[in-house]
Amino acid sequence: MCAASSPVAGRDGLAVLDAEEIRRALTRIAHEILERTHGGDGVILLGIPTRGVPLARRLAARIGEFEGLDVPCGSLDVTMHRDDLRLHPARALGRTELPPGGVDGKTVVLVDDVLYSGRTVRAALDALNDLGRPRAVQLAVLVDRGHRELPIRADYVGKNLPTSQREVVHVLLTEVDAQDSVMISGEGRQS
Amino acid sequence: MKRHLISAADLSRDDALLILDTATELASLADRPIKKLPTLRGRTVVNLFYEDSTRTRISFEAAAKRLSADVINFSAKGSSVAKGESLKDTALTLEAMGADAVIIRHGASGAAHRLAGWVRGSVLNAGDGTHEHPTQALLDAFTIRRRLRGTGAAGARGAGLDGLRVTIVGDVLHSRVARSNVLLLSTLGAEVTLAAPPTLLPLAVGSWPCAVSYDLDSELPKSDVVMMLRVQQERMTAAYFPSVREYSRRYGLDTARMARLPGHAIVMHPGPMNRGVEIAAEVADSVRSTIVEQVANGVTTRMAVLYLLLGGTEFPATGVAR
Repeated sequence: MCAASSPVAGRDGLAVLDAEEIRRALTRIAHEILERTHGGDGVILLGIPTRGVPLARRLAARIGEFEGLDVPCGSLDVTMHRDDLRLHPARALGRTELPPGGVDGKTVVLVDDVLYSGRTVRAALDALNDLGRPRAVQLAVLVDRGHRELPIRADYVGKNLPTSQREVVHVLLTEVDAQDSVMISGEGRQS
Repeated sequence: MKRHLISAADLSRDDALLILDTATELASLADRPIKKLPTLRGRTVVNLFYEDSTRTRISFEAAAKRLSADVINFSAKGSSVAKGESLKDTALTLEAMGADAVIIRHGASGAAHRLAGWVRGSVLNAGDGTHEHPTQALLDAFTIRRRLRGTGAAGARGAGLDGLRVTIVGDVLHSRVARSNVLLLSTLGAEVTLAAPPTLLPLAVGSWPCAVSYDLDSELPKSDVVMMLRVQQERMTAAYFPSVREYSRRYGLDTARMARLPGHAIVMHPGPMNRGVEIAAEVADSVRSTIVEQVANGVTTRMAVLYLLLGGTEFPATGVAR
């Protein structure tokens, strides 16, 4: 979700998406998921903690509104599968909660807030591998900020956001941060 | 978190809660088809056991293997220790083999502490003499929290054991489990009472963060948790009570005593049990008993400890005393 070093002048603290725009983007993604999966049959949404989880819930609610379809929704913690564990002190784990019935034979849509290096998604694919054998795996993200380090792309994107690697993208969601917005800033946390 | 786990006193409330919360998340692994995580791939964990143990050694081994670490088992019997090798020389041998963590059980109190000064990896105390057994206390705390603080979707994440009354009964003097539990459970906010004959209480018990009672029957009605300790006949060199029957009559948990407990109360035992001495068979097998659960929770809790000690950045190799 973030990675930056030195401050960059320019679009500091700029809101890239406001609450309305996030809502519209999610509405569009929900429609796209229904379209691409021919009505959403056999689809389950798995959010990657922290902010992927509320996004997955919102998408599920949206799909329910449009088609009256009850899409199972869960969360997938990828911490134990990350490739950068040894670069930080051990981190607290997030929650993995699969809908009843598991992932076998389902179309799993992974949901995350920001797609950046692609390493989180790789870890998620590994974690999924130990949980069962989905029929297909797709990826939905609210923001794609580029700079991929692995051959991974998203199937559903809320907004393509060209960034510099020095910038930091913050996704704020009501469920976690008490407001909805996507911010970009040059003054990242010094790592 | 510190680099070693030698004593339950090393753990702050936040450390302890982090371990319990991590264990809560890892518990779901037991229901999955593939009970394995890649997190400690390429790390080596040595089980260094100078005393007999079934559940602790197997529990640590299962925990390390589920995190994909390589496990080397060392038991004093049939090793160079039988030829007179000292703990230090054994430690240096393990060090040369590149152990990232050493799990030690030893008959001498303080062995784990000494070992921590000799090796570069993390040291986990799996029981040293009559001193401490911190992972047992962690798994007990985890079991108590699961049973009495809810197992719902959110689990008991972040919850302590505040306000719970825990009575630890029996051979406190020889028990490393009791010592670690008193320290950890009081850190987590529980009120601990030791119920034992005066001969089986250590001299310094007055300085421990707990209450003391000689009368088990008066403690039972106000206990949320009763933890029975094993009568450690192998460590008893003198007569601590007149006869096993008398001990059992005054401090053993039978069905009549269990009936005095509040409805929600649970009965724990760290194992191995002496059925008929400190605990009656019907009590050990009752629905209130968490004895089998404790074993399963042991693997989960030890996974959490191994992950938190070994899963992150390597600790800088600072001054290894030789």
